[in-house]
Amino acid sequence: MLIGSKKTGDPLPIMNRPARSRILRLLPLAAALLLSGCQWAVLDPKGPIGVQERSIILTATVLMLIVVVPVIALILIFAWRYRASNEKAEYRPDWSHSNRIEAVVWLIPCIIILALGVIAWRSSHTLDPYRPLDSKVKPIRIDAVALDWKWLFIYPEQKVATVNQVAFPANVPVEFHITSATVMNAFFIPQLGSQIYAMARMETQLHLLASEPGTYQGLSSNYSGDGFSGMTFKAIALPSQQGFDAWLAKVKAAPRKLDAASFARLAAPSENNPVEYYSQVQPRLFGDIVAGRLQERAGRLLARTSAHAHAAAPMSGMPGMPATRSN
Amino acid sequence: MLGKLTLSAIPYQNPIVMGAVAFMALTAIAVLGAVTALGKWKYLWTEWLTSVDHKRIGAMYIILAGVMLLRGFSDAIMMRAQQALAYGGHAGYLPPEHFDQVFSAHGTIMIFFMAMPFMIGLMNCVLPLQIGARDVAFPFLNSLSLWLTVAGAMLVNISLAIGNFARTGWLAYPPLSELHFSPGVGVDYYIWALQISGIGTTLSGVNFIATILKMRAPGMTLMRMPVFTWTALCTNILIVAAFPVLTVSLALLTLDRYLGMHFFTNSLGGDPMMYINLIWIWGHPEVYILVLPAFGIFSEIIATFSGKRLFGYTSMVFATMAIALLSFIVWLHHFFTMGSGADVNTFFGITTMVIAVPTGVKIFNWLFTMYRGRVRLESPVLWTIGFMITFVIGGMSGVLLAVPPADFVLHNSLFLVAHFHNVIIGGVVFGVFAAVNFWFPKVFGFRLNETLGKAAFWCWLVGFYVAFMPLYVLGLMGATRRMDHYDNPAWHPLFVVAAAGAAIIFCGIVLQIAQVVVSLAQRERARDLTGDPWGGRTLEWATSSPPPAYNFARIPVVRDRDAFWDMKQRGVNMKAAVYRPIHMPRNTGTGFVMAVFLGLAAFAMIWHIWWLAIGGTAAAMVALIRHAFDDDRDYYVEAEEVRQTESLRGRAQLRSV
Repeated sequence: MLIGSKKTGDPLPIMNRPARSRILRLLPLAAALLLSGCQWAVLDPKGPIGVQERSIILTATVLMLIVVVPVIALILIFAWRYRASNEKAEYRPDWSHSNRIEAVVWLIPCIIILALGVIAWRSSHTLDPYRPLDSKVKPIRIDAVALDWKWLFIYPEQKVATVNQVAFPANVPVEFHITSATVMNAFFIPQLGSQIYAMARMETQLHLLASEPGTYQGLSSNYSGDGFSGMTFKAIALPSQQGFDAWLAKVKAAPRKLDAASFARLAAPSENNPVEYYSQVQPRLFGDIVAGRLQERAGRLLARTSAHAHAAAPMSGMPGMPATRSN
Repeated sequence: MLGKLTLSAIPYQNPIVMGAVAFMALTAIAVLGAVTALGKWKYLWTEWLTSVDHKRIGAMYIILAGVMLLRGFSDAIMMRAQQALAYGGHAGYLPPEHFDQVFSAHGTIMIFFMAMPFMIGLMNCVLPLQIGARDVAFPFLNSLSLWLTVAGAMLVNISLAIGNFARTGWLAYPPLSELHFSPGVGVDYYIWALQISGIGTTLSGVNFIATILKMRAPGMTLMRMPVFTWTALCTNILIVAAFPVLTVSLALLTLDRYLGMHFFTNSLGGDPMMYINLIWIWGHPEVYILVLPAFGIFSEIIATFSGKRLFGYTSMVFATMAIALLSFIVWLHHFFTMGSGADVNTFFGITTMVIAVPTGVKIFNWLFTMYRGRVRLESPVLWTIGFMITFVIGGMSGVLLAVPPADFVLHNSLFLVAHFHNVIIGGVVFGVFAAVNFWFPKVFGFRLNETLGKAAFWCWLVGFYVAFMPLYVLGLMGATRRMDHYDNPAWHPLFVVAAAGAAIIFCGIVLQIAQVVVSLAQRERARDLTGDPWGGRTLEWATSSPPPAYNFARIPVVRDRDAFWDMKQRGVNMKAAVYRPIHMPRNTGTGFVMAVFLGLAAFAMIWHIWWLAIGGTAAAMVALIRHAFDDDRDYYVEAEEVRQTESLRGRAQLRSV
């Protein structure tokens, strides 16, 4: 039993059936439809974006298999049939050209690629991470900031912030605005769908929706340094607005507040950071991070109070040298 | 005096690193000791280190690549072991700062110092022979290229003992690779190792283009060139077009790190994403630089061992050129997730998929080369068939990743890692091993042991599938790359399977080493006295094995695509009636000396030892200028000597290379 779903307890039958192992070896994707359990992240999506992406993966794979399976079979058949010891097989040492075969071998890949191209064109536009989801419900905006090595989530409307945990009601579109206050990372909740880079002084967007309540694993999928592996978070899709309100109330009860000073402390490198709540957030904090203002202020602030220049001025080009650009 | 370099740069406290350093040091001492004990220093210097003979330079490239393969593979084993151990409450045995160096070194070594030297070495060994030339166009430049590559590889190895290597991944994305986030010498080792070897590679590209375009035997029109020569031509055009981009990207990063500039920093107008664009404008052509020659190798092997002309030669040539051109307009598919917008992503997604068309055509052409042939299933063919099947699967996952929304969930995951190992191991590495088995008798004059060769193939093939198929699955399970630790227990069994796969590949490597050792010991029994052990089709088989320094006593005249096959059909006698003196380049130590000084200068730059950096560069320039004024650079092999050499041909009395 190689992979079993912990939740439901059903083992993964595919890996154990010798008859199927060959297919599985060639196409782990083909087995996907039969699978369940949260381990299958990308193939077990819990939101419309992820569902569409899974269907693209499966469609594209099947389309390619139309060519790939016969080609692999032919390779083996030809190698065996025309083996040197098989004197019965026809041997034509000078035969090296056939317009008909050439036409077919150029045409078949062209047709498959044409079909895939259409899929790519359409899906790139419908699944553009920047495109708001079609929903009658008003989206909730959450700003995500990559730090060394944790995720900061700011709720600009609710004016609260959290670290390494993000919650939102299920079936409500979430509009993520993403940046980094350090090196490049990528923001990714595999079961909900697309990822996108978190880049300093730039803002990317990602629209996701959880169609089922649950707790989903989130991570940075772009290596960012020593604490990278622990840069994970939980994305909690709460069953109802009430549930979300109750969670908000819990955050609002937290003693800590997020301002320039506490941001500077938070931005200092830390590994496997625990979940943190901030009951208040300084206005326009996210915009200040994107513009690089906060890091510079934090740099100046900490330059006076602490020797941790590395943590304090993540935006400056040289260690211990606070950026000098005035705003 | 010594810049940043102090004794504390040596990682005494780390037993794993010191163990590796001790092993490398002992190996080096053993080799140097053996050379001294056998009194071979003069031989080594005059016959090898100063050699401008393309066959010897090629052999040295391949030895370098083989050694670096062992180094890069040790890194792979360490990573697989760490990921098989470090889940949940277990931390594994490598701390993050060590693990991060291991995967960065693995990628850097495998691409720059394993795959590249293998391919350039093979081109060196085969290309001039295949076009009926006596050497490459610029023999001294060729020697310089080799030694610059060796100098780069040595810098990477030295980083293990003195200081540390980059912890940034094999492409050193800024801002992580900027001084602020990577203050140590690791990234500097990376930069200078790549700069030095990259210049060597660029020079090789120039050299081979000139060789192919200007030095073909009479009658060999472009459309009569062997397919390996064609793929080599396209590859070298790619090198010349793409490597300067790498050089410039690294130079800008150097300016950031050394002079406080802001090309790629987070602040003061720097744009890290510009580096990511630039590095992939080099990086994507780079993967075709590696795989196109492999396509050429497989084309030669499948035709030779099927006893049949290559099917669809013209298609093959156009497909190669199409791939070479397209490789420059696909780079953005490495970062669809940067948020470039749907139109841009679609453009690059579709250009990427289009590459599958010429590649697919090639697969079909190899397939129809076997059709109605007489396929001898010897080890080069086993590698070729293993490649065809494996590469088709890797190509499929590649086209899948080219669909931007599929990439949105698979990018940076282990699915991606599985994909590129699928095409690089299945394509490039299998190609190299096929080529080594195929051309070894030509270069060294005796065949490799076939039993051990086949056993090694099966270990590699099975090991590859066991090691990398679980990574596809893990990618779909949401596992990302470069993790030194994870918490999901469901991933653990698959990581253990992958580690077992690496162990099977290890058996394959052991068998390959055994294959070389056993073949060397039994070489008298496996001598190739004919010069044509496989029933070859192209000109390299028209001369003796190993070929004399001048390759051909008389330059052959080409009348057909499969020039040597055609000569055999017509019963052409390669022996000349009258021998003429042959004009040959003289050996020179300048390339070796320059590389030593430039390597020293690079080491000095890494440690900020400015006087040595300036001195080393100046000394290299002096050596170059001295060489430029040296008029005694060539000699004639007298007609009588040629006659004697040729009369010995085929009687195994030829000195072995």
